[in-house]
Amino acid sequence: MIKPSRLIRNHALLLSAALATAGFSGSALAEELRLITWGGYAPDDVVAQFEEETGIDVQVTLSNNEDMISKLRATGGAGFDLAQPSQDRIVGVQRQFNIYKPIDFSRVNTDQLQSSMVKATQDSTELDGKYYGVPSVWGTSGLIVHNDVADTVTDYTDLCDAGVEGQVSYRLKRPTLIGFAFAMGMDPFAAYSDRDAYQDIMTKVESKLIDCKSNVKTYWTGGDQLLSLLRTGEVKAAMAWDAGGWKLNAENPDIGFVAPESGALGWIDTFAIPRRSENEEAAYKWINFVMQPEIAARITNASGNFTASKGADEFVKADLRDAYRDSFNDAAISNIKWYPPVPPGLETMEGQVLDRVQAAN
Amino acid sequence: MKSSVSRLSLWLLLTPFLLWIVLLVLLPHLQMLRVSFQVRESWDTIAWGVEQYQNFFTESYYWRTFVRTGVMSLFTTFLTLLIAFPIAWYIARLARGRSKGILFLACLIPFWASELVRTYGWMILLRESGLFSSWLQALGWADGPVEMLYNDVAVIVGLVYNGLLFMVVPLVTTLDGMDENLVEAGYDLGGGHGTVLREIVVPWAMPGIVSGCIVVFMLTLGSYLTPILMGGKDSAWFTEQIFTQFITRFNWEQGAALGVLLLVLSSVIVWLGLKISGQSLRKVMG
Repeated sequence: MIKPSRLIRNHALLLSAALATAGFSGSALAEELRLITWGGYAPDDVVAQFEEETGIDVQVTLSNNEDMISKLRATGGAGFDLAQPSQDRIVGVQRQFNIYKPIDFSRVNTDQLQSSMVKATQDSTELDGKYYGVPSVWGTSGLIVHNDVADTVTDYTDLCDAGVEGQVSYRLKRPTLIGFAFAMGMDPFAAYSDRDAYQDIMTKVESKLIDCKSNVKTYWTGGDQLLSLLRTGEVKAAMAWDAGGWKLNAENPDIGFVAPESGALGWIDTFAIPRRSENEEAAYKWINFVMQPEIAARITNASGNFTASKGADEFVKADLRDAYRDSFNDAAISNIKWYPPVPPGLETMEGQVLDRVQAAN
Repeated sequence: MKSSVSRLSLWLLLTPFLLWIVLLVLLPHLQMLRVSFQVRESWDTIAWGVEQYQNFFTESYYWRTFVRTGVMSLFTTFLTLLIAFPIAWYIARLARGRSKGILFLACLIPFWASELVRTYGWMILLRESGLFSSWLQALGWADGPVEMLYNDVAVIVGLVYNGLLFMVVPLVTTLDGMDENLVEAGYDLGGGHGTVLREIVVPWAMPGIVSGCIVVFMLTLGSYLTPILMGGKDSAWFTEQIFTQFITRFNWEQGAALGVLLLVLSSVIVWLGLKISGQSLRKVMG
């Protein structure tokens, strides 16, 4: 039998040994890329191949727009070497918190990117003549609808229809405000530069969302939560991302992604380099690596969203391509409303609207 | 000589604790207090003011959520006490030997899993396509699926479950030390069950009751996952608003002000609780 004091000493030894190795492993590996990104954007096999080819160790942190900005803001742009915020959330944030550094496009292999998307992203991430984003993955928000209610729900505001009471879900976040505004016949993007007009739109959306609250089963907060609500049939219609709809479509053909009549909301997630990135070289290597057509297609297959890589489509799984075509005909594609950069201050306004909706009874 | 050695060792022993308190508790709170009085004029200029605290009182949804969180936490604490008392009584007074240990362990085991896992467990039970709903239908007591999740009752169920252990432990400890003769004397002198409970058991267990209530109340007031996941669209909980201000709105100043207010609220309620029950913090925690 081991005496207790001995046991404790052994444990203490083990612990200090573990601490020592943990301390060493941080400094021993010379090259490391700390990537903060969305779920599915850095699949394990892609990371493994990158590590094998370059010898750079990749640390992936999964996140979302707000979380990314908050984390980088807390450290003044340190802690990560590469981030993937959406293109509309860069300029305003950069102006307020100065957390990114400009992209050196001479180090990006733009030949393998779709030039129209590079141009669009440059335009929307420009600040003082410098560009802050490289396009990576794009997608849309729209409606995921079960066939049972497909005739009722064709636009965002149809989620408030009495016929689907207690069977709908959406997020309490800004895309919902924007989507409802479009479906109510207003153009929030045009009002971005006019605070009073925007406030006016938000006030109308607020009262609509408060009226609609009794129709909602729950406000979803995470992708997996929403998918399980739809999978079990507890929710029949929801405002959500296209990729989620296509994923469910593969499991159950009765559920599909629909581009709403007033237009799906299009976003582009970018690569942006935090201001105090410690390994820019590796960051550019990663950008050029994952935007190769075959690798990019693997990201599409994993996340469900298409990339800015040129020629990647032919490597994408056939059923995903079919699902995409089912959801988007040419008219629906040209009707996509792409998010323009959010001016600083608007999000505070939206925040108060969302808080009031959340607190309303 | 001897006293200086013992004083030195006392300080050495205290050092980790002091470092912990100063670096990880005191300093962050002071920093939060400072941030809460900053007003952001534009992106790089900051002034001092109480705007954030004004917002709290002028925007009704802040203080409504604040009051709601406080009231629901008090109710949860009370409910936890009602449920935990018989359990603690059984473990401390009636169970003997082996079964005592096993019962105690049974209370402890759920806490080997994290709060998230426990909450998801409840969600699996309560959701429309969940276990309870399908049992009700199988027994013919319900015609269609029954939704039991996403309401205040579900939130309270989850919170009570999370707090139970922290109420049972102090109650068992105090009840364990009670002399059986006191109870018997109470009955001998003609007291009924109610009188004995009110005049003998509860006063004896008061330190345990109060310390259990303080812990459960603090845990409930500060919980985040359970109200969010189980409450659904009406889940408004004050911690959620603090999180939203910090993380989704990038408004640290407002978040810090709300955080300070929550700290004040919980301290005031605990102080009131101690005053009303006639206990002192030293007695309860000692």
